[in-house]
Amino acid sequence: MSISLMNDKRLPTERLAVVSYVIVGVIALLLFGFWKLQIIDSDRYSQMAERNRVRSIPIIAPRGSMLDREGRVLVDNYPSFSVLLLRDAPEQVEKLLPQIADGLGMTLADVKQEIEASRAMPKFQPIVIKPEASPSDIAFIESHRVDIPVLEMLMVHRRRYPHGDMLANAVGYVGEVSAEQVEASDSSLKPGDIVGKTGLERQYNGTLMGTDGLRRVIVNSIGKEVGRLEQKDAIPGKPIQLTIDYDLQNVADTYMADKEGAVVAMDPRTGEVLAMVSRPTFDPNDFAIRIPNAEWQELNTDPRTPLLNRAIQGQLAPGSVFKIVMSAAMLESKIVPANFTAICPGHAEFYGRTFHCWRPAGHGVVDLHKAIVDSCDVFFYTLGQRLGIDEIHKYGTGLGLGRATGIDLPGEQAGLMPSEEWVQRVYHHKWYAGETISVAIGQGAVTVTPLQLARMIGAVASGGDLPQPHLLKNLAAKMDRFPLAEETVEQVTQGMYGVINEGGTGSSLKLQNIEFSGKSGTAQLMSYGAGSKMGQKGKETNGWFVGYAPRRNPEIVVAAVIQGSSEHGGTTAGPVVRDIVKAYYDKKSGIKVQEYTAKEGRPKVLATSVDDPSLTVDQPNR
Amino acid sequence: MQKGTSIRDYDWWLLATAFAICGVGVLEIWSATHASHLAGMHTHQMEWIGLGFVLMLLLSRLDYHTIMDQAPLLYLIAIVALIAVLAMGHTRFGAKRWLPILGGLLQVSELVKLIIIVVLARFFSEVRTEELSLLDLIKAAALMGLPLALIMLQPDLGTALVLVPLAAVGAYLAGLQWKHSLAIVALAAIMVPVGYHFLKPYQRERVTTFLRPEDDPKGAGYQILQSKIAVGSGGFWGKGLGNGSQNQLGFVPVRYSDFILAALAEELGFAGVFVALLLYMFLLLRLVQNAQRAHDRAGMFLIMGVAAVLGFHVLVNVAMVIGFMPVTGIPLPLMSYGGSATLFVFLALGLVMNVRLRRFVN
Repeated sequence: MSISLMNDKRLPTERLAVVSYVIVGVIALLLFGFWKLQIIDSDRYSQMAERNRVRSIPIIAPRGSMLDREGRVLVDNYPSFSVLLLRDAPEQVEKLLPQIADGLGMTLADVKQEIEASRAMPKFQPIVIKPEASPSDIAFIESHRVDIPVLEMLMVHRRRYPHGDMLANAVGYVGEVSAEQVEASDSSLKPGDIVGKTGLERQYNGTLMGTDGLRRVIVNSIGKEVGRLEQKDAIPGKPIQLTIDYDLQNVADTYMADKEGAVVAMDPRTGEVLAMVSRPTFDPNDFAIRIPNAEWQELNTDPRTPLLNRAIQGQLAPGSVFKIVMSAAMLESKIVPANFTAICPGHAEFYGRTFHCWRPAGHGVVDLHKAIVDSCDVFFYTLGQRLGIDEIHKYGTGLGLGRATGIDLPGEQAGLMPSEEWVQRVYHHKWYAGETISVAIGQGAVTVTPLQLARMIGAVASGGDLPQPHLLKNLAAKMDRFPLAEETVEQVTQGMYGVINEGGTGSSLKLQNIEFSGKSGTAQLMSYGAGSKMGQKGKETNGWFVGYAPRRNPEIVVAAVIQGSSEHGGTTAGPVVRDIVKAYYDKKSGIKVQEYTAKEGRPKVLATSVDDPSLTVDQPNR
Repeated sequence: MQKGTSIRDYDWWLLATAFAICGVGVLEIWSATHASHLAGMHTHQMEWIGLGFVLMLLLSRLDYHTIMDQAPLLYLIAIVALIAVLAMGHTRFGAKRWLPILGGLLQVSELVKLIIIVVLARFFSEVRTEELSLLDLIKAAALMGLPLALIMLQPDLGTALVLVPLAAVGAYLAGLQWKHSLAIVALAAIMVPVGYHFLKPYQRERVTTFLRPEDDPKGAGYQILQSKIAVGSGGFWGKGLGNGSQNQLGFVPVRYSDFILAALAEELGFAGVFVALLLYMFLLLRLVQNAQRAHDRAGMFLIMGVAAVLGFHVLVNVAMVIGFMPVTGIPLPLMSYGGSATLFVFLALGLVMNVRLRRFVN
């Protein structure tokens, strides 16, 4: 057989040549394929290769802490982990979603919602799908590095409010930036950023918020980090020091724990806010992770409005505290002489209507000093009638009512200081002269915030200094002045001293060796125009006490309001004011406040105070 | 007969080309594995190359006519071996392809390829007519069909398919008629959907992935995509040996074997690929040239059989790397890591040398 094979010399030359051409053609075709990938589409594939191997992981900048005026920590952070989802390969992510949801203890719908919320972000940016990773989540991620390479853990700094709800309304809370905020931020904010939502957290967000860094790492095909490319360190947010004095805040907070209302303490010389409490309140720690929708709804729709900072947002009738404005107006305007007196038989008639004094038996002949000390309504009714609403408006506004104080907190309310012009503008009718009588004792249309009242009393006692209240220690506060004559200041402050020290409406609040002065108020909860319903609301009153010390040129002024109590302002609100002032002086003389509160406990509130025990709401104000 | 041959009669150009390809392969195997737990693979590959070269020299001393005389016996051995592998073979990667021989695992289908080259060369060289008759065509198809079916049962679709171009090129050179070739094409067009029906699930997956790669990013489509990313990101000059991120970080699947060209394309760029493909082109053209100068028709068929198998390997592997064809698991000759595959190529080249050494023998 080999012979025959060897003999056959016919070779298909042509067909062999064809095979050669085919070889050249195929090689050329393959080279073209490489040309297309490596030259024409090279950039695209280079990017894909880069995305394959490089993973950008944000380094979250810690938010600046908040310290009290002595450097004690009020707000700080704690380290925690968030679960990140890497979305470089959307199809892969899609496939793994059920596993991811299961492993992280979330519902598939939740996971999808998280992804949907960030769909505007570029794909190479990982998103947070679970803000607070539990130990079992971390274990899940670590053990599924290979089959679920799209999960990553992110070290974050979680906001911590070590004192819980103390100062919550002033400090505010943080939360994930809203879509609107991102849009309005000029790309300085990105979805998922934690920003201050209310209070100081929001006011000083720019200072508190740092700049996130970025870690670019090389990962291999199973997502394991094998190298580090570059790291842009996070720039931590700056801490801010507040004017708050933790000790005074603590005194206020303890007293207010189970009450409804607000307390604000301020240095009337500088506007530094020493304490600020609003009740009921919330625990901002609840917001630090990501507040469940239901809980948020509850807080937001709670009729007791825990999110409202009553110290600056509660617009309340000032009641008898307003009589200080009236007194200043009387002495400054000189419309009535300084020795002006009224006779109080327990009631008086104005414009065909009877107005009651809080003391049905009456106060007899009353001059300004006695009127302040005993809070005689008839005196101020009469004074109001003589001054007229526009004169009252002038001094009320001058002393800071009806306009925002300019405190460094968002959402401050201005209250209302009515005038003829205002009623014309808003209600399109003439001012009813009878309304002036109500306004004269701090009822009717006039509303104020606790902060405004504190500032007003401070201004009267200091001769007209109206500093911008503030919580940031090194804020250059604007100073407003409404100069009052020496005579005016002396007379009115003598009256306020008498309230406490001469058997007035706050005589249970006396403090030894301290010129503690102030003014009480008990205001009906009535809106403007609801005068006819007076008395129908039963026990709904606001008990005020605004106290300060010393009598002239005060160092501290405290306004407190207890809402929804039937008791007199001096009884309900007075003690906390006194305690704060006492704590202030104790600290000054080197006594530790903690020791003071621990030893003596909270001073007992004396129900049998000053005034007629037969207090009812028919008797408007003291 | 030995008298006429001397060391100068070997095709040194062909060998130089083959060794150049081997060199590039070893280099890239080193680059792809030196930083991983697979480090040291390139030395194993060099051992295989050395062994292959010795076997080539030995085979070239044995007259190819003698070998072809034994074609029926060889065919029988091939079929028995394939059945043996199915019956008691060593399963690796989900397929029975290995028989334990000489203390190692031999991929039987590589040996079978070699035998079928010889068998078909013998068959076609015995066709006396200028044109290939239909009966001869059917006989050739049957000769090829039996081992093909057995290899497919392993299952090893890639290797099985290699037998098709081997038979096709042989038939073409033996005088395939146009009407028959058209009929075969038509038959193939019908057989493809039917054949798809008989594919294993993972094989089907490969085909569907090839058609719609985005459907399956982590499966075979993921492999093709990662391969394309590696190739594309290499650019013209490449990222430098040992610097390909796709390669070094393991994104390129089996980067030292089936996808070695992707690794090379990433690290040495289009320039490197150009050189590599030119080497393959030169190798194949050189084979055709040797076929043209063969002493007789039998030698020509033998060489062209080798050329057909190697050419098909290059085409399918390279086309897979750039996403032109589905993933088949066919290695790149002489470059991909692998003992059996490397030995096969050197033995095939031994057949070629064998023919060349005897071209002037009368």
